[in-house]
Amino acid sequence: MEQRRKERLDRGVKVRSDGLYALMSWRELSYLTLPRLVLILGIIVLPFVMPNMYWQRVISIVCIYALLALSFDFLAHFLGLVSLGGAFLIGVGGYISAILNTTFGLSPFVTIPIATIVGAAVCTLLLFPCLPLRGVYFAIVTLMYPLALKRVIEALDLFGGTNGILGVDSFPNSWVEQYFVIAMVLLFLFGTRRLVNTDLGLVFRAVKDNDQAVKASGMSITYYKAIAVFIASGMGCLGGACIVHIFMWSGISLFALDFSIIPIAATVIGGGGTLVGPVLGAFILVPISELLREFGTLRIVFYSLALMAFIVFRSEGIMVYGERKYHQFERWVKV
Amino acid sequence: MSEDQPILQVKEVTKAFGGILALNRISFDVHEGDVLGIIGPNGSGKTTVVNCITGFIKMSSGKVYFRGKDISGKPPHKIADMGVTRTFQIMRPYYSLPAYKNLVIPLFSPRAKRTGGWRGGGKLGDRNTVGIDILEEIGFERDSYVPYKTASTLPTGYLKRLELARCLALKPEVILCDEVFSGLSMSEIASMVPLIERLQMDGITVVMIEHRLRELFRVANRVLVMNFGEKLIEGTPDEVMANEKVKEAYFGSEDVEEVMTHA
Amino acid sequence: MEIIIYGTINSVALALMALGFALVYGISRIPNFAHGALYVITGFITWIFLRALNLNYAFSIVLAIIIAGIIGAFIYQFILIRVRGMSISEIIASYAIGLAILEGFRWGGFKGMTYTLPVFIEGTFFIGDIPVDVHRTLVVIIGAGVVTFLWLFTRYTRLGLALRGMAQDERAALMLGIDSDRMAVVAMAIGSMLSGLAAIVLLPLGNIVVEKGYDVLIQAIAVCIVGGLGSWVGAVLAAFIIGFAQILTVVYLGAHFQMVVALLAIILTLILRPSGLFGRQKELEERV
Repeated sequence: MEQRRKERLDRGVKVRSDGLYALMSWRELSYLTLPRLVLILGIIVLPFVMPNMYWQRVISIVCIYALLALSFDFLAHFLGLVSLGGAFLIGVGGYISAILNTTFGLSPFVTIPIATIVGAAVCTLLLFPCLPLRGVYFAIVTLMYPLALKRVIEALDLFGGTNGILGVDSFPNSWVEQYFVIAMVLLFLFGTRRLVNTDLGLVFRAVKDNDQAVKASGMSITYYKAIAVFIASGMGCLGGACIVHIFMWSGISLFALDFSIIPIAATVIGGGGTLVGPVLGAFILVPISELLREFGTLRIVFYSLALMAFIVFRSEGIMVYGERKYHQFERWVKV
Repeated sequence: MSEDQPILQVKEVTKAFGGILALNRISFDVHEGDVLGIIGPNGSGKTTVVNCITGFIKMSSGKVYFRGKDISGKPPHKIADMGVTRTFQIMRPYYSLPAYKNLVIPLFSPRAKRTGGWRGGGKLGDRNTVGIDILEEIGFERDSYVPYKTASTLPTGYLKRLELARCLALKPEVILCDEVFSGLSMSEIASMVPLIERLQMDGITVVMIEHRLRELFRVANRVLVMNFGEKLIEGTPDEVMANEKVKEAYFGSEDVEEVMTHA
Repeated sequence: MEIIIYGTINSVALALMALGFALVYGISRIPNFAHGALYVITGFITWIFLRALNLNYAFSIVLAIIIAGIIGAFIYQFILIRVRGMSISEIIASYAIGLAILEGFRWGGFKGMTYTLPVFIEGTFFIGDIPVDVHRTLVVIIGAGVVTFLWLFTRYTRLGLALRGMAQDERAALMLGIDSDRMAVVAMAIGSMLSGLAAIVLLPLGNIVVEKGYDVLIQAIAVCIVGGLGSWVGAVLAAFIIGFAQILTVVYLGAHFQMVVALLAIILTLILRPSGLFGRQKELEERV
């Protein structure tokens, strides 16, 4: 029988447009910038093409999930910390923002940055005991955090208890709301992409690769993990703060399972470790989930099955696949 | 007196795993500029000594002093930060990173920022360049593709060098080498020996765990023999070779010379 | 006195919930996050057999447990086997399966208070002046029975010994002619059956609701971490510690804090003794 294998070759233009050489011609330049421009412009144009208010609202929600997915991907693939507790970040950020807004009457544009930073600090502090843990253990503990916080709020009747905090200010209008979250997603997307390529990002990857060697190099891994968790929690809390101002309400449903599971599904489907992938995944998954809203919890079934199928059969994800197709020729050759 | 103070003092270090004594009251001193070889049969506790000194495992009792300061019980990164570094027996490079990027990580550490890397003094330059410089000094050919290859594709010889390079990036005062020669071919070992000698000339104190006695005896000026977690004897290479107890414990009935020529 | 009696019952219940998880993790190193889903599934299957198909109670129990075992084996054989060894994927895949099952049930209309199983034997008796119903005593008896059975099974049967061998060192077991994938399927099946058994024994005390699935998963995990993952002797002991701690908090603080106790137990254990009560040195290295 004739045996064949798939041969992959880098496109010439990829090799030529490496580094500074991209400036040599428009062709190389556009090869590099086109995908980024398409993404950025696509996201910016989105609110205009949405048919009605409902779908414009969906755009905001998508962006918040994209932020969460970004935070999950950053922690999981650059630090090796798999966090199943995205809802915890949303909840902390949301409650802080809501309290600041209703108690002190601060405007959303003040509360959101404060909630982001304070929330990130709070999350890092609460997660600090778990930082030495790896793999399964960290996942398990983070899975329990949102549930436990929810129970504490119910039990002690904190912050309005099961009723939540009502009457949170909204954004001035829906355009501001959408472009604010869109700007945040783009900012954090390109921010984290830049971060992971700096020397600090390299240390993060080293912690994931081999923490013993990092210790032997005279660096405290807990310190670097704490920094990374702070950054990731910041993204989550930012999302939480935004969501509170979008829905004008903060309550224990901020700890809902959706916030933990959709970002993971988005990351897996979009392609883990690429940072763009999770954002893309969120833009695919969340609208579908909105379409399925009338089926109730069936949508959770849907995206857990999608998640499972992707992780088992196509674990590379859309983004990695797309990158490969973009950068390489593939052809079958005889062995 | 201070000149005579040993750079590393190990005092009565004991380590028990469950009920088994892996180390039983081990004491020894290392003086500045020494190359101390630690030899002993498999399972005699050599690696455990290194682990205890560098803080990777907590000793059950005993003290370790570095320049008169008590470092026992400190976390590994603090000890490394003081200048006591180690290599791992099973190499632990960052497999997903290129070789020179492997060095960017230790160069990012607080100690390297203070000292400026192996040859550096004061401010650290661009980490990538410094990393490649160190790799070149340790035997990675600069103009070849080797320093840019991903660590997972490098052969054992280069990985062992990389381990050593990672220590050197910290500008250490003491390096504890855990079997840097094992798994290497004769020619690779032959090229590693001058490297160790160079470290010595740079004033770095070296503690080597080794099975390759011939090469070890060439570079070491003191040798410590361990057996079943206990210190058997300590002395110059000649004294150790001549010792009857060592012959019995370590080499069985064989003649030392014969073992060394076969080793 | 009341605390002792109900503490014991609660502890045995916890041990029953956790044993399946501990067994699967101990043998094949797969954190089976679908554990809670299997628990709930068994409850519903029994309910369907009993109420919808009008089968005999004992018969439907046996059938439901066997089906749980088969489902577990299928989950491993067709899904988890492909991501074996990639711990992140294992967690996510099994969690996704669990979610799909649980939320599928919720969508299918299995929610609310209408689904209950009858207790095995009606009746109440008094220890001193504290009322204890017969079913709760049965829980303790069955729990003790399961532990004894597991102990005997892993020490005196070929299969049990093979499983233990694999738990200690998978590669060594492979070289001794133990088919690790087949053993993992067996482990998964047994673990699922244990989870099903726990459901059968414990569900008559309350309603069958989907939320139970998450509760059971979390409590099982808490017990396993405190006891040292993979060690089921530790799991039994930890079940007693957490069980009594929960009853004490319920009595003195309020029922809402049960979950918080579990989380606190986990965090305290991880800080004070990362390998759990009975964890081994090797596991510690892997974890910290």
